[in-house]
Amino acid sequence: MKWHVLRPLWVAIGLVGLILVSRQFLVPDDFGVHGRNFTYGYHRLSNIQEWKDFPVKYRGRESCVECHEENVSMLNASSHEPVECENCHGPAVNHPDDKELLPLDTRRELCLRCHAFLDYPNSDRGELMSIEDKRHKRRYECIKCHNPHDPKEDME
Amino acid sequence: MTCSRRDFLKDSVGGTLASVLPMSAFTLLSQAEAEAAIAESKVRWAFLVDTTKCVGCGLCVKACKNENEIPYDAAVTRTWVERYVITKDGETHIDSPMGGRDGFIDDKIRDEEIDPEDIDKAFFVPKLCNQCDNPACVQVCPVGATYQTHDGVVLIDRDWCIGCGYCIMACPYGVRFFHPEQKVADKCNFCYHRISKGMQPACVECCSFGARRIANLKDPDDPVTKIIRTERVAVLKDEYGTKPHVFYLGLDAGVR
Amino acid sequence: MIDEPIVHGIEWTVKELFVYPNEFIYWSIQIVMYPYMTGLVAGAFVLSSLYHVFGQKDLKEIAQFSLVFSLALLPVAAVPLLLHLQQPTRAMEPLLTPHFTSAIAAFGIVFTTYALIVLSEIWFVYRKYFVEQVAELKEKPGLSNAMKRMVYRVLTIGAYDVSDGAIRVDKKAAKVLAAIGIPVACFLHGYAGFIFGSVKANALWMSPLMPVIFIMSAVVSGIALCMLTYIVIMEWQAFRQRRGGGLEVAGAIKGAEKEVINKAARYLLGFLVAAISLEMLDLIFRGYTAMKSWDILRSVMYGKDFLNIFVLQYTLGNLVPFVLLILPRRTLWRTVLALLLVLFGVFMMRWNVVIGGQAFSLSFSGYMHYEIPIIPHSIETFKEGVFGALTVISLPFIFFWIINKFVPSLRRDTTSI
Repeated sequence: MKWHVLRPLWVAIGLVGLILVSRQFLVPDDFGVHGRNFTYGYHRLSNIQEWKDFPVKYRGRESCVECHEENVSMLNASSHEPVECENCHGPAVNHPDDKELLPLDTRRELCLRCHAFLDYPNSDRGELMSIEDKRHKRRYECIKCHNPHDPKEDME
Repeated sequence: MTCSRRDFLKDSVGGTLASVLPMSAFTLLSQAEAEAAIAESKVRWAFLVDTTKCVGCGLCVKACKNENEIPYDAAVTRTWVERYVITKDGETHIDSPMGGRDGFIDDKIRDEEIDPEDIDKAFFVPKLCNQCDNPACVQVCPVGATYQTHDGVVLIDRDWCIGCGYCIMACPYGVRFFHPEQKVADKCNFCYHRISKGMQPACVECCSFGARRIANLKDPDDPVTKIIRTERVAVLKDEYGTKPHVFYLGLDAGVR
Repeated sequence: MIDEPIVHGIEWTVKELFVYPNEFIYWSIQIVMYPYMTGLVAGAFVLSSLYHVFGQKDLKEIAQFSLVFSLALLPVAAVPLLLHLQQPTRAMEPLLTPHFTSAIAAFGIVFTTYALIVLSEIWFVYRKYFVEQVAELKEKPGLSNAMKRMVYRVLTIGAYDVSDGAIRVDKKAAKVLAAIGIPVACFLHGYAGFIFGSVKANALWMSPLMPVIFIMSAVVSGIALCMLTYIVIMEWQAFRQRRGGGLEVAGAIKGAEKEVINKAARYLLGFLVAAISLEMLDLIFRGYTAMKSWDILRSVMYGKDFLNIFVLQYTLGNLVPFVLLILPRRTLWRTVLALLLVLFGVFMMRWNVVIGGQAFSLSFSGYMHYEIPIIPHSIETFKEGVFGALTVISLPFIFFWIINKFVPSLRRDTTSI
């Protein structure tokens, strides 16, 4: 029996062994099938909590009302009630702790998102009170005349 | 000859070992346990998009980018809005500039003027990851970096993804992309960090028109679930067998 | 170098009409190179096995050469993937946590298995030479000889028995490995075809024929490359002989070369016909069944990509070399031209599948044009550009040169089989 013939096999097994050993060090312990089956549930378990811990940026109107009651109640009573504060003021994140003033976008383009007229029959876009951008006070920002917290204020 | 039989077994054994032994390092639940875990889950997230209400303001796209730290000026986005204008000659004009991030202010589509008189139909269609029940993207991930949670959301493990892009190619809906900074795959996850805390996804929160809503299909009292169950809803591209969980009201046949 | 985050793919993708916002050509030149290189690997091995398994004695020399060349090609097959991955440092993960429902996870296993088979087979074929070198180099002084001897000692893995019985066993083992290696080589490349063919989201790729088409064209490219390299090497050797006055030996080299090339060419033609037939079948089926995607596919294939598909791949890369090879009184130059065209044709096939599959949007309402980066201005445009591809294509020859120094595959006296 010429045993030398098995030597490449030992090398192969050694290599496979090396991979398995390095697996112990390189693959996190919680990696496995957690869920429905191998196809859809093969992953590192701790990743789920990592995603749950992702920082929240938009805090919602309930968190604005604590300090900004006046503006919020004006908004709630107006036709802009459906518009979130953070749509125009940007995400609160840790305001006021890390940012005293939230950057406010006062450009026409922000308002035109809804209020630039588009004659689309199957969308509520055509129903919104809107303007033709080119024909309405092109040089000015909308807020020069319109109060975003109460758009119908001082308007006929 | 015993020698030749040994030779024959040589690399078949080597190859088999190589493929079998890694599997032994799984933490395998028994089939019954796994099924029980899913059946017990009291949550299965789904989404409802009402295309009749979407006005194409794009504030959802902006909110998503801010909330999920997708670079604002990058041409990729976890959610987007498509504009469809079908003219009388039967042509369908579709666009989604920067995913609708800045809304739709111009009535020109790719510099083409469209006379409102020529419009038969025009509407907006928001899109996002469908969190499919049989996600093709999860099936093709070579390393287990993307997976389905017990409540139906498909997540990506940023620390494990190798960036091969197979999942991106496998998604029929085009919702996946490479995150320009993280250099791994990325996609909408229904703001998993928010819904797990009882909050709404950022796009749902910021939609002023109620075009976007999230639902828990396992909660019979969820008002959105009731709509999905009792009204006529559609899904995108169901021919791929992925079982998408974003349902649409008012979806037109011409939507791609 | 650009510091701001660049969307991967945006620099070489030009969108036309409506394309989903997140769609770019993510799988670019390196993903074209990868199946091309693995195809060459598989083809070279199959050519070698034709001798070892089926005893085609006329192919002995080219078989020895192509076995070692297959080894030189093997690590190169992994390079395009390393260049493509967004996280190349995690490249070992498919070996550590293979998700077997993914065709790409098979890569680690198949690649490793195939590498072990090729290495083992080479070991059995050249073991006697290694043992002889260990003895010979012992007599020779000098550090480089001592180092070379050390390498050969490692290469023997301590198996020094070169008796007739031992060599007989070596021959048998090599034959078995060559036989096992054929299905593994087919699997190596078939799975590459499966990677594309199983993507139901891609209207061009999705086809059960894809793995078979890939295997056929892989064998074609492997045989062609081995024949070409063999011709170059033999011509060089003959030229050296003539220069040194050995006209008779040169004549013998040329004669043997001609026999080998004629034999190999017949196999090449067979696989060439198989490859083109399958592609035609796929195309005809698609046109006949006219599924939802047919309109955009047709406009891509008959319109934008007409040059790439019908002129460059089918005509220049298939039909012309076929004609060149079967016409009588075939000269060496005609053969060389045909082989170059075949290699080009197989490259175009990979290109047309990978890039062609991304030439149309998932929306079926738009197109994406691939503008391959030529002059790199960043790491990414180097890796996924012309120079990245040129780097990959030049590596096998460098590796072969190095390997050949220890495993001389072109001399007739170094193999025991």
